This record gives sequence, C-alpha cells and structure tokens, in this order.
Amino acid sequence: MITLLIFGVLALVLVSAALGVIVSRNPVYAAMWLVLSFVTSAVLWLLIEAEFLAIVLVLVYVGAVMVLFLFVVMMLDVDVAATREGFTRYAPAGTVVAAVIVAELLSVLWLRGSGLPIAQPLASQPAGHSNTREIGLALYGSHVFEFELAAFLLLLAIVAAIMLTHRQRPGLKVQDIAAQVRVRREDRVRIVKMDAERDP
Amino acid sequence: MITLTHYMTLSALLFAISVAGIFINRKNVILLLMCIELLLLAVNFNFIALSRFMGDATGQVFVFFILTVAAAESAIGLAIMVVLFRTRRSINVQELDVLKG
Repeated sequence: MITLLIFGVLALVLVSAALGVIVSRNPVYAAMWLVLSFVTSAVLWLLIEAEFLAIVLVLVYVGAVMVLFLFVVMMLDVDVAATREGFTRYAPAGTVVAAVIVAELLSVLWLRGSGLPIAQPLASQPAGHSNTREIGLALYGSHVFEFELAAFLLLLAIVAAIMLTHRQRPGLKVQDIAAQVRVRREDRVRIVKMDAERDP
Repeated sequence: MITLTHYMTLSALLFAISVAGIFINRKNVILLLMCIELLLLAVNFNFIALSRFMGDATGQVFVFFILTVAAAESAIGLAIMVVLFRTRRSINVQELDVLKG
C-alpha cells in the first residue's frame, strides 16, 4: 500500500515535470524540468528494483547529457520570442494527437493485454540478489557483440562531434608541420651569378 | 500493490506528452531534442517494467543500449546545432531549408 502511494506521488511529479518541459517559454527552464523528470524516473525504476539502470540514468543523463544541453542553450543566443510564436496555433493539434496516442496505447494494454502479467504483483527478489550481476551476465554473455558495437558507436559519436564543431580560426599563428616537411632547397636558397668583387 | 498496468499507463502518458511537445515546439530545435529524450525515456519505462514483471534481464540490457544510442544522438544533434547556429545565426526550423554548409 505504501509503495502504491509513493508510486502515485512520483507519477504525478513525473507527469507535471514532462508538461513543464513542453510548455516552458525558456529553454533553460525546460532543461531544468527535464532534469526533474529524469531524477523522478530513476526513483521510479528503483521502486521496481532496477537499481543499476536507475544509477546509470542519473549519471549519464543528469550528469552528462543535461549538462551538455544547458551548455549549448547558454552558448547560443537564442531568440526565445521568435521560437515561441505559433504556440496557441499548434497546441490543439498536439493535444488531439496526444489523446489519440493515449487512447490507443491504453486500449491495447487493457483490452488485448491478456498475455501479459497485468494484475500480478511484482515478485520481490530474494535477499542477496544483485541486479548489476544479473545485467552483467546478460551483457557480457549472450550480448557481448552488441556491447562492442555500442562502444564503437560511442567512439563514432566522439569523432563526429569533434569534427563538426572544430574550426580553424583565421589569423591564428600555428605551425604547419606538413608545409615544413615539404619544403625543398630551391624554396629557400637562391644562387646568383655575379662578377667577383675587387679589394679597393 | 504496484502492477504492470501502473507502469505501462504512466509510460503511455509520458509518450503522449512528449509527442504533443514535438507538435507544440516545432520551431525550436533544442526543445525538439529534449522532447525526443523524453520519448526515449517513456520507451525505457516500458522495457524496464516488462523486464522486471516478466523476470527477464534482456529488457534491461536493451535499455542500456537505448541509453548509449540516445547519448550519442544528443551529442551529435547538439554539435550539428552549434554548427548551424554559427553559419545561419538562427535555430528556427522553418529557416533551415538548405543542406549546404
């Protein structure tokens, strides 16, 4: 009963934070609401004993991705008023689509979810059970190839992000190693034919 | 007691809110990226709830990969946005009509 109460409060916070993300005028406020919704989700994942992913969500999203978002929001001088126009025009269409999606998903869940353990309460894990060990066994056992692919994808993302944002500023004094290596004797030394000078 | 229905209903609500956000904030690329993050969070909710209630750790491994891909996607998306802002001085989606750098 107490877990149900905790779930209700957290679900309310999560839904209001998500609404805050989509209606905020200022992108910085939207990012802050998004941080709140990630933290609330992490607690909700803790509630059904998915501890490892809850911690990973806080570390990766709140710690890294949201800092990146805030950094970019503050670096770009965005004209907030121009990007907000049309809010009242698009809001009805968005609400209709959202209502249709909720109705479809819930009808699938409630009317056709007969194969799922819908009403069955969560079986609590035995004492000494480690969620991290369980995920580790699956990740490094049968999914090790996908794990390597994910590592390669992250490397690719690093290279792409650096390549995109790196720029050569004009007027900066830097060494061009290739030009230094490429230089030949003819570029630097000029031999001049002239008459011999006589001592006065 | 908490059941699977609670979690999947919450996830459906979250998914719908973020789709509505994509409709409402269709001019601002930053808010579009944030809405996509929220959408992926809703999907992760489903994976984790089903994994726990059906007793199979593979769902949580999948969430791990979704987190990886989402982090890479947002990093590259923000990098593209920085380059875009540097050349066009604007991130309004309606003014982005050329592929040329």
